[in-house]
Amino acid sequence: MTLTDGSLTDLVEAQVLERVLHEALRRGGDFAEIFAEDRSSSSIFLDDRKVEELSSGRDRGAGIRVIVGETTGFAHTADLSEKGLLSAAEAAAAVAREGGGGVRKTALLRQASEHQQVRTLPSTVPKSAKVDLLLRADDASRSAGGAIVQVSAGYGDSRRRILVANSDGLLTDDDRVRTRLFVTCVASGDGGLQTGFHSLAYTLGYEVFDEHPVEEVAAEAARRAITKLQARPAPSGVLPVVLKSGSGGILFHEACGHGLEADHILKDSSAYTGRIGQVVASPGVTLVDDGTLGPNWGSLVIDDEGRPTQRNVLIRDGVLTDYMWDYLRARKEGRTSSGNGRRQSYQDLPMVRMTNTFLLAGDEDPDEIVSQTPNGVYVAQLGGGQVNTATGDFVFGMTEAYLIENGQITEPLRNANLIGNGPDVLSKIDAIGNDFDMSPGTCGKDGQSVSVGCGQPTLRVAGITIGGTASA
Amino acid sequence: MPDLLNLARRVLEQATADEEVEVYVSHGRETSVRVFEGAIEQLETAESAGVGVRVISAGRQGFSYVGALDEPAAKEALIEARDNARFATVDEHAGLASPDGVEPPVLDLWREELVSFPTDDRVALALELERRVRSGDSRIRQVVSSDYVDGFGETAIATSRGIEVTDRQTGCYLFVHAVAGDGDDTQTGFGYSVGRAPGELDLEAAAVDAVDRATRLLGARKARSAKLTAVLDRRVTATLLGILSGTLSGEEVVKGRSLFAGRIGEQVGVGELTLIDDPTNPLAYGASQHDAEGLACRCNSLIAGGELKSFLYDTYAGRLAGTTSTGSAVRGGFRTTPSVGAQALSLQPGKLDQPEIIAAIGEGFLVQSITGVHSGVNPVSGDFSVGAEGLMIRGGQLAEPVREVTIASTIQRMLQHVVAVGSDVEWLPGAATGVTLAIDEIAMSGS
Repeated sequence: MTLTDGSLTDLVEAQVLERVLHEALRRGGDFAEIFAEDRSSSSIFLDDRKVEELSSGRDRGAGIRVIVGETTGFAHTADLSEKGLLSAAEAAAAVAREGGGGVRKTALLRQASEHQQVRTLPSTVPKSAKVDLLLRADDASRSAGGAIVQVSAGYGDSRRRILVANSDGLLTDDDRVRTRLFVTCVASGDGGLQTGFHSLAYTLGYEVFDEHPVEEVAAEAARRAITKLQARPAPSGVLPVVLKSGSGGILFHEACGHGLEADHILKDSSAYTGRIGQVVASPGVTLVDDGTLGPNWGSLVIDDEGRPTQRNVLIRDGVLTDYMWDYLRARKEGRTSSGNGRRQSYQDLPMVRMTNTFLLAGDEDPDEIVSQTPNGVYVAQLGGGQVNTATGDFVFGMTEAYLIENGQITEPLRNANLIGNGPDVLSKIDAIGNDFDMSPGTCGKDGQSVSVGCGQPTLRVAGITIGGTASA
Repeated sequence: MPDLLNLARRVLEQATADEEVEVYVSHGRETSVRVFEGAIEQLETAESAGVGVRVISAGRQGFSYVGALDEPAAKEALIEARDNARFATVDEHAGLASPDGVEPPVLDLWREELVSFPTDDRVALALELERRVRSGDSRIRQVVSSDYVDGFGETAIATSRGIEVTDRQTGCYLFVHAVAGDGDDTQTGFGYSVGRAPGELDLEAAAVDAVDRATRLLGARKARSAKLTAVLDRRVTATLLGILSGTLSGEEVVKGRSLFAGRIGEQVGVGELTLIDDPTNPLAYGASQHDAEGLACRCNSLIAGGELKSFLYDTYAGRLAGTTSTGSAVRGGFRTTPSVGAQALSLQPGKLDQPEIIAAIGEGFLVQSITGVHSGVNPVSGDFSVGAEGLMIRGGQLAEPVREVTIASTIQRMLQHVVAVGSDVEWLPGAATGVTLAIDEIAMSGS
């Protein structure tokens, strides 16, 4: 395996791709596609002042799918030679056993996509500089206070060069670079141990650290851990919840966004099936998925089916306007993809996925939203969550939260879960701030993980169940 | 089949005298069929293979992998791992596993029947599962997916410390996702069956399970907040054991990140509570002859009669804690390095099955499923708060369905408040075994 810096379209010749597509459709079929990928990544993990491990890896291969009517056949190979690709094509075509459809010859037309601009490729940065970054994070967290007893920090970068060729004649490629860093701190106090977490993750090269000093990430993680040392048990019961801007976008991603993915819609396994044009949220609520949104973690120039990403308005002023689509589901409905076809790697089939998903800002002053909340919970950071897309029921962890008493943010709360229902929460939003922030996340669906961005302004939900242990 | 051990040996030949090298090679194939409305929706064949190389040189560890069984590329990975090691912090405890003389169990986890199972039969199983769920109850509104998946995996490990081992196993499962509806109300239920070969699958049980779980929650409402006895369904108990295993990791303990640190010998639970991690039991889907560093797997007693007995260690954690590996190294494939983990946890079963436990406790809440486990459990403080759905228990019988509540306690309290361990052992995929478990003094938070 030799490292090349050219694009993947230089690596696999167009004539080879055409012959492989021909083989994939030899026994019939409506559509064939080759997704080739060359991924290199590196990561470093620091724990307890020690650089525990530097790791790096390389994955290269292609996935081939053949669509025959309602059936998809898929196979992949780590062998990018013509022989390897042809054998994967044959395996993928096994679903077209009945024949029919007619043999088609594909002439590929290369569509240039403008790749992401990267100032500093992480692979050109010395490993020692990356190690130093983590040591600086460790120092910065510990200098936040003597209560910090443990610090762990991780760095990761990846470069994915992809190529998509299909029997509609599309040939395109992309070069994606992502960089991230996270810090976890443990603080010790009279009430035991508490943890704090903060991360940054962008679709950018190593230049990300020029704009976002690692010390800020480290200090934020330490502050969270120290703050929670004074925390009291979270209340139990239904209370108004104010979500700080950028803290809770994951909630809308999980509890609403997934239900707006066309694969769930077409199988009638979403609370939003058949509801286009209906009021599904409070007035003023506008939900958008936008893969073009700058260097955010969910941004992509083209999706993993070769389609340029775009801005999709899903809910406009409380009214459901559209779902998100990939090639397969759009084809069923006789429309075009919305640029939401994504896959974890060449080893996976694409499916409908979100990119950057967010609620647009309103016009209220965030401070006033708090001061007009007599009693409730203020959430400054939400952790991971889980949702049942068919019902919209969700659970999320609050990893930084405070009580609101008489319109004032008062005591910090220990971690606890929020539990509720996505469609219900959307219609209970009763205040929308004029601020906005995004945060990165990893979205898992059907065993595949992809990077996503989530965002929202400060907003208030009239009532969500808090799963604490104290009586409300 | 590719000769994995031979590839591992050839890469290992490149090791120099002043470094320790471990070469881990894996190869597997998975075939999955998904059907929808009586037709094949997806048919996938996935073959994955790769080599992960760990180098430890002067107390520094580096790692690199390549996603192919390609000898030149694997040798490049060794060079890259060696370079990565230069930047790690010196750690006197870093090192590969040394052969410890423990004989590995002799396990036959391979079924040739699976490897030659025809594709048409795979499709037929998935179609039959879908058909039975659709016809299982008039309130089944949709079968979102009905899957048959089978696969095999084989691994080889060769190290400069003289370890040379291979392992292989087959496995398959049926999985169905059903949606039930009644008026505006919608509920979902999953059913599955696992085996080492298709002949071991119980299709009917998977179908019935999915139908029951989806339909019995119809009409579910939020319940009133209360302190009550929770009866955890078998799968929920398995999830709970998974959480518990993180706190029993010797590495987490020695690093002060476990609520059990310094508590060996203490009575941490009720006397009925006995927990082992036993990958030598071939009935467990986590069974294996060797752990991920090539040491023999062994049965480890973690809690016996409520008393905390020991923690789990891989080689590194063992050295850190001044003890030895318990053969508990696990890894997520060739792309990662080994770490400590449970392989086949199980609670010693009690005398009563689930209906008998429900009858015995009289009043409580049967927890059918929990969500938000990763966000809702803190392994350091022991705080536990997860979303739950299930059925109320009244007068020793299952009563009205409940959703959108949380159940909360702490791990410490839960172990001290176990009131019954079921007799209904279910071997599940993953590292933990299912069994009904009743725990009192649980805070249910609803309306």
